[in-house]
This record gives sequence, C-alpha cells and structure tokens, in this order.
Amino acid sequence: MAIIEADHLSKSFDSFLAVDDVSIAVKDGEICGFLGPNGAGKTTTIRMLTGVLTPDTGAARICGIDIGRHPLEAKRMMGIIPENGTVYSDLTAEQNILWTAKFYGMDSASRKKRADEILAYLGLTERKDDIVRTFSKGMRQRISIACAIVPSPPVLFLDEPTGGLDVFSRRLVLDTIRRMNDEGSTVFLTTHNIEEANELCTVISVINKGKLVATGSPERLKKTFDTAKYVEVAFEQPVTRELLEAGGAFRVESHGDKWRLYTDDADPAVKYLAALAERQHLKIISVATSTPTLEEAFVQLTGGA
Amino acid sequence: MDPRLFVRSVLLVAEKNMRIYYYKGAVVIFGLLFPFLMFLTFFIGRNLDLVLFFPAFLGMMLFFSSSSTGPLITPWEKREKTYERLLSLPVTLESIILGDILAGALFGIVITTIVWSAGTLLLHLPLAHPLLFAVALVLGGFAFAALGTLLSSPAMSNPSNVMMVSNLIRLPLIFVSGIFIPLTQLGSWRWTNELSPLTYLVDLFNGAITNTGVYPAVVDIFVLGVVIVAFVEAAKLIQQYNLSKGI
Repeated sequence: MAIIEADHLSKSFDSFLAVDDVSIAVKDGEICGFLGPNGAGKTTTIRMLTGVLTPDTGAARICGIDIGRHPLEAKRMMGIIPENGTVYSDLTAEQNILWTAKFYGMDSASRKKRADEILAYLGLTERKDDIVRTFSKGMRQRISIACAIVPSPPVLFLDEPTGGLDVFSRRLVLDTIRRMNDEGSTVFLTTHNIEEANELCTVISVINKGKLVATGSPERLKKTFDTAKYVEVAFEQPVTRELLEAGGAFRVESHGDKWRLYTDDADPAVKYLAALAERQHLKIISVATSTPTLEEAFVQLTGGA
Repeated sequence: MDPRLFVRSVLLVAEKNMRIYYYKGAVVIFGLLFPFLMFLTFFIGRNLDLVLFFPAFLGMMLFFSSSSTGPLITPWEKREKTYERLLSLPVTLESIILGDILAGALFGIVITTIVWSAGTLLLHLPLAHPLLFAVALVLGGFAFAALGTLLSSPAMSNPSNVMMVSNLIRLPLIFVSGIFIPLTQLGSWRWTNELSPLTYLVDLFNGAITNTGVYPAVVDIFVLGVVIVAFVEAAKLIQQYNLSKGI
C-alpha cells in the first residue's frame, strides 16, 4: 500500500514551472530518496506533500488522507524536518519537544516520557533546560529531529537533513532515520549527498527541471546506466599500449603504473588480460573492474545540471 | 476537518506566542507605559474630567496593547525561519491567524483589565453596565489583535519595516476616534471618526462605564464584529497569496 502518494502535482511561481506533473507512490516501510540538482523542484515537491504549499494541480495523500482536504488529519500522520525550518530559539530544548507533542494529542505523561527518551537518545538530556539560542547548528538540528519524531509518526519527511552538519551529527541523523524506519515509519528525504542516498534508501526518485526523470531502487538505477566500464590492471613488467588495445577495448589509458581498458563488457577484457599475461610471461600485480555508481546514474539522468 | 483538532491548533499557536512574544517584561512594560504616556501628554493641563476621559483612555489602552506585538510575529518568524516549522505542524493557515489573534487579544484584555481595576480602585470610577464592559473588552481585544495580525500579513521579513507601517496606520487612528476630543464636540468633522473602528470601541466603553455612549451599543457591537471578520479575512487572503508565491 502506498503511504505517500503524489498524484500529478504541478506548481508554478509566476511564469516559472517549478514542479511539472510529478507523481510518486512510496510504499509502507520504504525509505525514499528524492534527488535532484539545485532548483530541480525537490523542496517545492516536499512542501506540497506536507501541506505547506498548495499545488496548482494534482493532489497529495498521506496514509490515504488527502492533505488538501483534510490538512490537520494528514499532518498528524507525519513528522517533518523542513530544509530551513529551525526550532524556536527562545524556548528550551524540552519546551520545543513538549509543545510539538501537544499538536499530536499526546497526553502529559506520554509527552514527558517520550521527550526524555528522545533527549537521551540524541545526547541532549543535560542540555534539555537550556534555551535553544545557545545551541550549535548540529544541536539545533537534533532538536529539530526530536520534534519530528516525538509523535512516532507513520511518515517522516526530511528536507536536506544532513546539510552542513559535522560528521557526528550527520551519523546521528542517519542512525535516527534508520531507527525510525525500523520502528515502522516510512521515510521520504531529499538530499544532495548521493552516497548517503545510496547507503540509506530503498527507492530513489530523481527530479530534474521540475520533472520526475527516474524512479527505482539504487541498484536498478545504477544498472540502467551501466554502460561504459573499465578494467584496471597493473603488470610488474612494462607493457605496450598496442598489446592491450589488441584485446578489443575501445579506449586504453595509462594511469601511473596502471592501465585502464574501457569496454562495454568487462568479462572478455579480464580473460584477455589473463591470457596475455600467460602468453607474454607477465606478472599481474593487480586487476579490478569498475562498478557504476549512483552518482554516475544521477549525472546522466540530470544531464550534469 | 475535525473541529477539536482545529481548536487545539489555535490554542497551541496562541500558547507559543504568549510564551515567546508576550511573557516578556519589556513587552508588558511597553504595553502599559506607551498608552499611559499618551494619556499624560493629552490630559495634563487640559482640565479634562478624568471620569469622562477614562473610558477613552481604556479604549486606547486596549487598542495599543492588543495590536502592538501581533504585527511583528509573522515577519519575525519568517526571518528566524521558524514559520516554516510552524506550517509543517498539524496547523492550518486559519489556525495560525486565529492563534496569533487570540494571543494578542488575551494580552490586551489582561493589560486593560489591570489598568481598569487600578483606575476603579484609585479613582472610584463608576461601571454603569458590567456586561457591556466585558463585551467591549472582548470585542475590542479581538478586533485590534486582528488588526495587528493583518498588519503582519504583507510579505515583509524585516520587523523594523513592519513596525514603521504599523505605527503609520495605528497612531493616526487615536486622533480620529473620539479619544482626546469627544464625538459630541466634533461637529462637522465627526464623519472622520466614524471611519475609525476605534471610535466604536471608545463609544462602547463610554456607554458601559459612564453611560455616555453616542451610538446605540448594538451599533458599536455590530461594527466591531464586522471589523473582526473583515480583518481576519483580509489577513487570510494576503497570507494565502504569500504562501502560494512561496513567500
């Protein structure tokens, strides 16, 4: 069952078409990464999905609830970490979390218990009574996360959740996303960090110039753009370029003490190198085949935008 | 939409505003001090009857205290980037607007009640119609808190610009609302006062405290009711437009 559904969403700002007929369906329990270059329409899409922005056309549903028609009911199903949205600096860490929890109808005892749990998990128990204004960026982001997860929402939206964070805060954010997913939340996140998406997401959608250009698992997307591969080899003895070119590679490059053979199919190239070494009495020091990366797939999908 | 969820969201927005913007010494002192100084400026040396002048002073007090902080909230939150977080919570634009108005109205009502209580104790002021007085407090508080929220609605993220516009609109109103010159003494200029919603609050206080209202109370109540609806709808339209433009 699709927990997050976007049905032909479009949004223009004056004459600029920011999102053009985007349809998405994220299934229960998935972590969906929403990738795209700057200005591609990621934040506009997430704002429409979360009811912050009204689409010009189309509809969005969260857990089957139309967010345009029933915004309060739909928003109660989600926790959100907006891209630029920070928490209230004049409230303490705990006040921010408890106030947020009230919107979800949690009673006083469960609010307090859940806030204590989350503060401990995020390493903020000792600072819970401090005004957020005194916190670092990473700590503020942790409070933002705490506010998003306090109601244990079925759906979690995160817009660039790790942007500008240090390594520790970034790891904590990623661990929290995994933990929430393990506990049953469906996650929808936008990110610039392709390796992060590759590591975290079960499904990826790529948007470019307002249009959805691809959707699939990270491995399927990589496979789709699995075109040029290379085999990298190093011999103990000097080898001529001509010898290597004879194996059928369409390009051969020298990279320091290694040779790179570009080919459409790595298998015959590796077999050729083995046969060549045998025939010429060469010793192979190392051999490796390249694997396509999600970044390569992304660059091809977005035309390097 | 579930009405209970809606009411809860309004109350929680108001709670946040009270905690962050109104429970501050400087805000409370300014809320009391500014109208008091205005009162002294116009009262001293003019041989005005304090009992007759007090209802107009209360009107000015309620007007200023209800509408002073509201214009700053949305621009401030947009600048601090907390507005986006607020929008992402289970709220609607209407609940944010009504929550802002509720906080401003409560602040104005509490401040004005304190001043009225002190004035009544010290000056032994009369109270001709207690129920009408309560209605004036509530309607006036909501009407001018709604004005504050309306003033916060245009797409400005710099609070100092908002304050300038806010004062440009609010200050002239106190001179054309029968506060310093009673309506009965205005002669052919009375029409200017009839355009100001503050006139009807001052008149309602006059009627409630000293039984000297110029218009029937029902007219004052009707005008203030219309003003509340008009300000809320205008604020909603402007903020909806801003949201649709992503600002």
